[in-house]
Amino acid sequence: MSTTQNQPSTAQGEFDVSVSLPPGIKLPLYMDNHATTPMDPRVLEAMLPYFTDKFGNAASRNHSFGWEAEQAVDTAREQIARLIGATAKEIIFTSGATESNNLAIKGIAEMYRERGNHIITQVTEHKAVLDTCKRVEKQGCRVTYLPVKADGLIDIEDLKRAIDDKTILVTIMFANNEIGVLQPIAEIGKLCHERGVLFHTDAVQAVGKVPVDVNAMNIDVLSLTAHKLYGPKGVGALYVRRRNPRVQIAPQIDGGGHERGMRSGTLNVPGIVGLGKACEIAREEMHEEAKRLTALRDRLKEKLESNLDFVHINGSMEHHLPGNLNMSFVHVEGESLLMGINDVAVSSGSACTSATLEPSYVLKALGLGDDVAHSSIRFGLGRFNTQAEVDYVADKVIDVVRKLRELSPLYEMAKEGIDLTKVQWQAH
Amino acid sequence: MAYSEKVIDHYKNPRNVGQMDKASTEVGTGLVGAPECGDVMRLQIKVNPATRVIEDAKFKTFGCGSAIASSSLATEWVKGKTVDEALEIKNTDIVKELSLPPVKIHCSVLAEDAIRAAIGDWKKKNVAVEHSMATAGAAN
Repeated sequence: MSTTQNQPSTAQGEFDVSVSLPPGIKLPLYMDNHATTPMDPRVLEAMLPYFTDKFGNAASRNHSFGWEAEQAVDTAREQIARLIGATAKEIIFTSGATESNNLAIKGIAEMYRERGNHIITQVTEHKAVLDTCKRVEKQGCRVTYLPVKADGLIDIEDLKRAIDDKTILVTIMFANNEIGVLQPIAEIGKLCHERGVLFHTDAVQAVGKVPVDVNAMNIDVLSLTAHKLYGPKGVGALYVRRRNPRVQIAPQIDGGGHERGMRSGTLNVPGIVGLGKACEIAREEMHEEAKRLTALRDRLKEKLESNLDFVHINGSMEHHLPGNLNMSFVHVEGESLLMGINDVAVSSGSACTSATLEPSYVLKALGLGDDVAHSSIRFGLGRFNTQAEVDYVADKVIDVVRKLRELSPLYEMAKEGIDLTKVQWQAH
Repeated sequence: MAYSEKVIDHYKNPRNVGQMDKASTEVGTGLVGAPECGDVMRLQIKVNPATRVIEDAKFKTFGCGSAIASSSLATEWVKGKTVDEALEIKNTDIVKELSLPPVKIHCSVLAEDAIRAAIGDWKKKNVAVEHSMATAGAAN
């Protein structure tokens, strides 16, 4: 790496603090891999021919251009299926996980209406699941939203009690996008299987990060997307079980009957090739990558915890994605912290950073006070983050948190031993 | 989010950070906002009892960059003003000075509230003084 890339940032909005820029650090620095991931160059390389020379329509049956495209799609189907322990025929291509979640929930609600109308989900799902559940509620479904415990996990006993004779579907995410906790998927799958209820999981954050096996875990339907695992945006897939049981899904997009009639529309061949390649790389490298990212994540956590007081880890660390760390820096407001580390891309659960001016509903579901939610930062480590970057980010965060705490009346009061919950605040 | 240069300047170099003796009769303290709303401001003023001029001001703020900048600016503006002049400061002046976007207007409102609360606290402590001054004035 050339030295010219290591000049200190001149970006505005950061404190003039003396964290020197170590070698190997290029700003701005990306550490928000739950939002999206940069594409792996090997994925791009695999995709490129399908934009130009190999441009055929995979549905063209009469010439080599079509066959070539179909062959590429078939290979991708194999690559995806292998990563999750499925068979190629069980993979339906979509435009991404939002569509996959919509197709799964609406398609099952519609197809199984005669059997029942009850769906079970939980409160920290992604909006692509929650909003879809709200939609089917308007169309006559009954939806149970299970709570989560303080560690972010559902209580399997709650799920047992919620299933009744009208229940057709349980939809519970594999890994949470904010706090990185892994739900007890195998237990949920086993229970659903025993009770004859279909089990869908939004596995967007998990696929390629932790082992996923649709048979061992009794998953019937699974959503995934390419851009969370170093592939391109705009392409995803839905796994739909073909045996034990054979799952049927009513199409939500009508057209040429592509994808076994479940999802019409000309296939996005370059995107699908990219998704396939991303899955292949993940399958080969996941084990090593998970070890490396867990070590980096723990290093970040240790540094922050040992240098700052009043920090709070959000979500179970025992059942956790390798690259995720969600931490609250109590008495510091999240947006002001992001402003101080503005050459580092991370996310905050602070209301000030959201369009709705509400703090994260995920953190609130853990029972955290709004003030702790306002103070939260999500670090998302990924394939291309290095130890030098982790050290840089840790130093920077420590410095900015300390500076902001000098400004914080809440920190001063807490240090004086005042119980902030007993103060008569003037809410506004 | 794009911050104005003035917001960034106040955030990077906040003016008048600190605290004064809450118990002093010359000091008025305003604590406004709530942790669960994401912003709390504490603004303090030190008033010369004879001239009613705000001779010093200090603040501490928990909140976003715009909240920090609004309260930092408020301390700058109240200094040197009499309490009555300071009450003339409007949140819209702060919005204008800092070029706050619509979603950040509440930060300026909170800063105005903080000024009023600090002055209110000072006045409450100095009721006796005010009263005696008023009667002295009437006697003249």
